[in-house]
Parts: sequence; C-alpha cells; structure tokens
Amino acid sequence: MTTPVKAQAAVTPQAFKSDYKPVWCPGCGDFSVLSSITKAFALLALQPENIAIVSGIGCSSRIPAYTTCYGFHGVHGRALPAATGLKLARPELTVVAAGGDGDGYSIGGNHFLHACRRNVDMTYVVMDNHVYGMTKGQPSPTTEPDWDSKLSPGGTGMRAFNPLVIALAAGANFIARGFAGDPNTTATLIAEAISAPGFSFVEVLSPCVTFRPEQREWKQMVRPAPVQSTDDPGRAARRLMTDDGMNVGVLYKGSRAAYRTAIAKAQRRPAELEEEFKI
Amino acid sequence: MASGETHGAGRPDAGGPGQGELRNSVSVAIAGSGGAGVMTAGNMLLEAAAQAGYYALMTRSSGPQIRGGEAAAMIRIATHPIDGTDDRYDLLIALDWMNINRFAAEIPLGPQSVLAGDPDQGEPPEVFVKTGARYTPVPFKAAAKKIPNGWPNMIAFGLVGALVGLAEDALVKTVQKSMKKGGDALAGSLAAVRAGIEAAAGISGVPRIGSPPPQSPRWLVTGNQAAGYGAIRGGVRFVAAYPITPATELLEWMAPALKKVGGALVQAEDELASINMILGASYGGVPALTATSGPGLSLMIESIGLGITAEVPIVIVDVMRVGPSTGIATKSEQSDVNIALYGMHGDAPHVVVAPNSVADCLMTTQWAVHLAETLQVPAIVLADQFFGQARAVVERPADVAFAGERRTATAGDEGYQRYALTESGVSPMAIPGTPGITYTADGLEHNERGTPSSQAADHIAQLEKRARKLALLDCGSHWADVEGEGDVAVITFGSCTGPVREAFARAAADGVRARLVSLRLLAPAQPARLAAALEGVRRVLVVEQNHTGQLYRFLRAEYDLPGEVSSFRRPGPLPMRPDEIHRQLIEWSRA
Repeated sequence: MTTPVKAQAAVTPQAFKSDYKPVWCPGCGDFSVLSSITKAFALLALQPENIAIVSGIGCSSRIPAYTTCYGFHGVHGRALPAATGLKLARPELTVVAAGGDGDGYSIGGNHFLHACRRNVDMTYVVMDNHVYGMTKGQPSPTTEPDWDSKLSPGGTGMRAFNPLVIALAAGANFIARGFAGDPNTTATLIAEAISAPGFSFVEVLSPCVTFRPEQREWKQMVRPAPVQSTDDPGRAARRLMTDDGMNVGVLYKGSRAAYRTAIAKAQRRPAELEEEFKI
Repeated sequence: MASGETHGAGRPDAGGPGQGELRNSVSVAIAGSGGAGVMTAGNMLLEAAAQAGYYALMTRSSGPQIRGGEAAAMIRIATHPIDGTDDRYDLLIALDWMNINRFAAEIPLGPQSVLAGDPDQGEPPEVFVKTGARYTPVPFKAAAKKIPNGWPNMIAFGLVGALVGLAEDALVKTVQKSMKKGGDALAGSLAAVRAGIEAAAGISGVPRIGSPPPQSPRWLVTGNQAAGYGAIRGGVRFVAAYPITPATELLEWMAPALKKVGGALVQAEDELASINMILGASYGGVPALTATSGPGLSLMIESIGLGITAEVPIVIVDVMRVGPSTGIATKSEQSDVNIALYGMHGDAPHVVVAPNSVADCLMTTQWAVHLAETLQVPAIVLADQFFGQARAVVERPADVAFAGERRTATAGDEGYQRYALTESGVSPMAIPGTPGITYTADGLEHNERGTPSSQAADHIAQLEKRARKLALLDCGSHWADVEGEGDVAVITFGSCTGPVREAFARAAADGVRARLVSLRLLAPAQPARLAAALEGVRRVLVVEQNHTGQLYRFLRAEYDLPGEVSSFRRPGPLPMRPDEIHRQLIEWSRA
C-alpha cells in the first residue's frame, strides 16, 4: 500500500476535472456548468476527496464522473435522497447534487419538494434546458405547453413548472439562477450556494443546442437581477412569480436553520440496549 | 386422530380436583371493543407469565378502524419456548361482543374451550356458540362499577391469570410495575385483579399451565425490536424509512436507539427516497438499513438494483404482510419470496435471508448486515408480520460476532480501481474523504476503474465479479436450521418453522420421524448444503404460507431435490397451525 497523499494547499479548477470525455454534444451548456462547478470548488479552496457529487439520470447527470471528486451516479430522479443520506451520514463532506429538469422536477419532483422542506446543508444544481436530451427530445416539466415533439405532438398542454417559486414555497434556504453562457457568475453563485447553510438551490439555464437550438438566444435574454437578493420570502415570491425567468443572481437567501438530524456521538454501547428486553 | 385436542408437544398431566388439567401450553384470548383495554390486559398477562417464569407469545388483532374498534389480544403461555400459535384457544374472554365475531377464524374454539362473556353486553355470537365452547357469564362491567377506580379489563386480567394458574404474586407485581404512579388508580386495579381472581373460582374446565421451567436469562421482545437490535449490533448506524404497517414499530424502536449509539434515523418522503438515502449513507461508509413491507419493497426494487451494480451494501427488512397491493396490511403472509428473489431487472445477484423465530430476527438481521457489508451487496431480510408484531418471552439470543466488515481502500493507492476483478469478487471500496482514490459509484455498467462502459467484455467481467462474490460465500451452518432424522423431510422458512416443529413433535408421538430444514439463507442458493442435509431422504414436503408455492417453485428451480416432492401451502391471513401441518405430515408420510 502506498502512503496517503498529502492534501495540496491550492487546487486549480482544472484539478477538479477528470480525464473522462463528456458524452455531451458540442456546444452543450453543461460543459460550462461543469467549469463553473469546478471553479466554485477552487474558489472555496476545497479538496476533491472531501466533495461528493450526486446525480440521477440524464445528460447533465453524467457530471460526477467528469470531476475528480467522489461521485454517485444513481437512478433517475433520486439524486436528492442519495445526497441527503450521504450528507446526514457524513456531515463533514461537501455534498452537491446535480442534474437536469426532467430528473429533478418530473420523476424526482417529490424529492425536490421534500429536500427544500428538509433543508439539509447541501447544494442542488439543476441544469435546466426545458427538454429531455438523453432520450432525444421530449418535453420536460419546464417545457412550454405548446412545444411540439414526436411524443407529445402539438405540445403537452401543461403549464410550465416554476422551480424557483416551488423551491421558495417548499422552504429552500438559498435560491439562485445562473446562465451557462456566463460561467464566471455561475461559479460565484455556486460557491455562495455551497457556503450558505441549509438547502441551496441553483437553477442554471443551460441550453440544449441539439433539441432546443432556439435556446442559443438566451444569451441575449438573460440579465443580472435588477435588485439585490432578499431574505423576505414574500418579496422573493412576488419577484419570482413575476419575472420572465431570465434574471440571474441570488434571488433569495433565508435564515432557516439547517436540518439537524445527523449521526450523533455515541452515548451508549449497543449491548446496553438489550436492558429494556430483560425480564 | 386426536392430534387436534392435544396442546403442545408433551403429555398433559392430571389437574387437582376442581381445577383445570395441567398442560404445558395454554392459549387464551381477550377481546373487546376499542377502549376496553384488551391490549393492556393482554400485555400484562404476557408480563405476568414472564414474571412467573414461563415462556409466552402474544399476537394481536384489531378491526380496520384507525382508532377504537374491536381488538383481541391472543396469548399463549407455555413451559417450553414457542414460536407459534396453537390450534385452538382454551379460553376466550369477551368484555363485550361488538364485532367480536370477526375474530372467529383467528380465535378457533372447540368443545373443550371456555367462553366467558359479560351477560350485560348481550349473548355470545352464534359463530362462537356453534364451536361447542362452554359459555360462562361474568359481569365484568357491573363488577368493575362496584370497585372505585376499577376497570373491567383488570378484572379480566385477574380472572385469566388465576384460571391459567399464574401465581397471584406475579399478577400483583405486574400491576404494580405497570402503574408506577401508585395511588387510587393502582389500588383500584389491584382490587379489580383480586375480584377477577375470586371470580375464577366459579369457572371450571380451563386448563392450567404446568410448573414453570428452570430459570434462564430471557427477554420480552417483539420480532421487530429484535430485528432492530440485530441491525445495530451488526453495525447499522443510519436508517431512512417511510412508515408502513407492519414495519413501523421496527423503525420506532430504532429511532431513539440509534441516537443513543451514535446513529440517526430519517423519515423519508417515500420508499424511493428511503432506499436512496441509505444508498447514499452507505456509499459514505456508514452501514445503513431500511425497513418496509411488500408495497414499499416494490417501490425500492429499482434502486436495490443500483446497490447491486454500484456494489453499495444496504439492508432492506421486508416485514411481509398479505399482498398483493394493499392486501391485508396487518396480517402475515409469506408471499414476497418471488419479489425478494426475482424482483430486480437484469442479472442482479443479492442476498435474501429469513429469520425463523422472534428471537432469530436478531441474529438473522445482524447476519444480513454482516453479509451485505462483507460482500458489498444489498441484503433483503424477509421477516414477516407474525414475528414482527408478536411480543414474546424468548431465551436470550446467543451473542454472535457478526459485524459489518467492509473492505475499504487505502488513501493514495495509485492505480486504485474500485471495481477491480479480484479473485473473491469483492474489491476494496473507497470511502469519500479518502484522498487519492476518488471514483464515481455508477448504476451504468462500468469497467474496473468505474468508468461507464458499454463494452461486452466489461459487462461480462463485472457480471461475473458480482456473481462470484455470492457464489464464493461461505455461509457456515447459518444457511438453515437442520433438525431431526428420517427419510422424509420438510423444507420451510420463516414463521412456518414454529408450527412445523410442533407438528414434528406430535408426529414423533405417532411414530413418524422426519427431518426439518428451515432455510435462513434463500439467496444465494446452497445446493450442496441442502443435498447433504437431505442425504437419504426419499420424499420432501415444502411448507409455506402463500397461495402459489413461491418457495416450492424456487426450490424446484434452484435445487435438485431428492425423490418425490410435494407442496403444502396456504395463504394468510390466518397463521399456520401445527395441526394442519401435522395432519398433512401424517397423511403424506403414510401415502
């Protein structure tokens, strides 16, 4: 066995990237989100072995293996519970859950609600491109109701999901929106999210150039949020409900205490538990 | 055949004049509508039996109402360890008759049985009368009214205790222990218990329990508690779960227990979350468990497959209930064999174990943790409602040394490969926080390093690695309880084991000798071990509590069983009774 490697003082963003080539299409927004995540880790001077990236299934969910951190690439929609279990079992780790809009808001929608409510100290990065890319172009919960596709000709007729409003209503403690085309800002948002206590939610608009080429125009549509972030959920709700989904920045930062149930120090030996059974 | 009338395995002794005959097992039931306190009285009878030095087992039944509604406490007191109910009840006490007829199948009576009821609450239902049981009116309510702070259920407790021959001292101590506050309430209860004891003098025909066996260290425990404790002894420190009958009590016991020993329990939003939370915790290096029942297991199946592929050890306790779908949530059935063994998509080797007594819930769950951790594989514990919710006086289970023994990787191991193709199939696992050996655990097929791969060679190599871990498992003698001799054998598992053992004891009295194989390890199958256990056997009977013979079919698929093989099966919700197995055994062995 070799001796343990000494942790290095400063880790560059590049050091968080693995040599495994992403499966993403050229021009996919997820490349720059990967860069933003690794930049955020470097900004926070973290070490790869102390970070775990947890994901479900989808294009963006392939992200853990593209880093040199510990990764968990699980089943579709269950990134948040896996991340929750890991963080509660190992509170000293930095836990980041990552994935797409289908994984997080559709099949994993229930976990999204309860992760916001539970407010475990971890960060959730959603790369939202309003489409299922891996299965070649079906509407997701954030897709416009009239978006035509082979599976849902003429559109789903369902109203698009507003993840930020839902997150706020369900109790997320930190809510931000980023844009893949601006990786530096996104990196600072993710770093701030990781630093914030409780459940931090960063929605990153990440264009799908293959199935939603019109999303290239997002570059012209996004803007920094016109006002400072608020800690007032009422005010945040009004802003999130009325904006056009293109305001980028920290949009809400609350002060809820993070979820407390985590592995505690042992007070008793297991064998002492049998006292209650003795006759 | 007289087998239906004998109670327990031994010969009944003669009783004294005016008293019921002495038996080595007496079964009683206390029933009444919600709020009548039958569960309190039942639990106290169990505790008094324990106090007096007997073995005992209590099961319970209640109507579909969330609160209130009819309830029955069914208690069997014995001079020897017992893991099941008897064929019929010697005594049924009804504090009232409201819907008590619903319990008729569950509380079988016969002409030898005594039926005691409150005449002010009406006549006993026809379904009980036609059993031929002798009815004795006892005015519980009116008698209790005369006692300040006296309650009918305490009169019933005193009455039953005295009828079955528990010492008054044991009854009084039990009351004192359960009402530590003392005062008027205690005085009233003690007076009520004495009134019950006095009323017993006027009732004849109830058998009394023989002398208590020599003292030994014993526990009063439910199967669910024993399983929870076994999990903790095995090293489990993280539990995530969603409430479901009949597994909830296991979780409710573990929540505070885990806190004490340095663990945590999280109530998840659903079973999909529970299973993935424990996968996350175990990936982080902390042995983890969830408990559920059939419907929850169905929801977890996809992610159990992830645990198999990503080689993340987890334990899933399935406290089986009557299925499919919601089925009968509060009753036992051994019908999750198929899903536990074959539920996963893909080729997904994993461990399935089944405890075969209340006490064995401890060892088997502890063993499951050990197997899961050692083999880095999900292990399913097929417990069942009967054991899970039964509360019993059991011999203190022997200490077993099983503990989580996960092979972990060393920091900075250059060239570390998480899924290295080792000879044993088990490859050291890197635990997050360890530098130099980071990897991604993946449900995608992968190569040795853990990198996703769709190459045929990688798929085949990893399938074989995962199969090899289980194929090379040395399960020692724990794979089954093998007992008895003879050229006929019964193969069973779980809660059928107790009734089969009793049937064997009775059959032995008829001169029929048989071998018992109670399987504890269902998967991986152990054909060589079973073949050795069945050496010289010419006929095999497979006994199980389900409709389609799930264990029988599994055995037919995985094992080369000797000679003629038959299946004896019956679904829930009624527990398997020794008599039905005994009759089957006699008919089958003579056919």
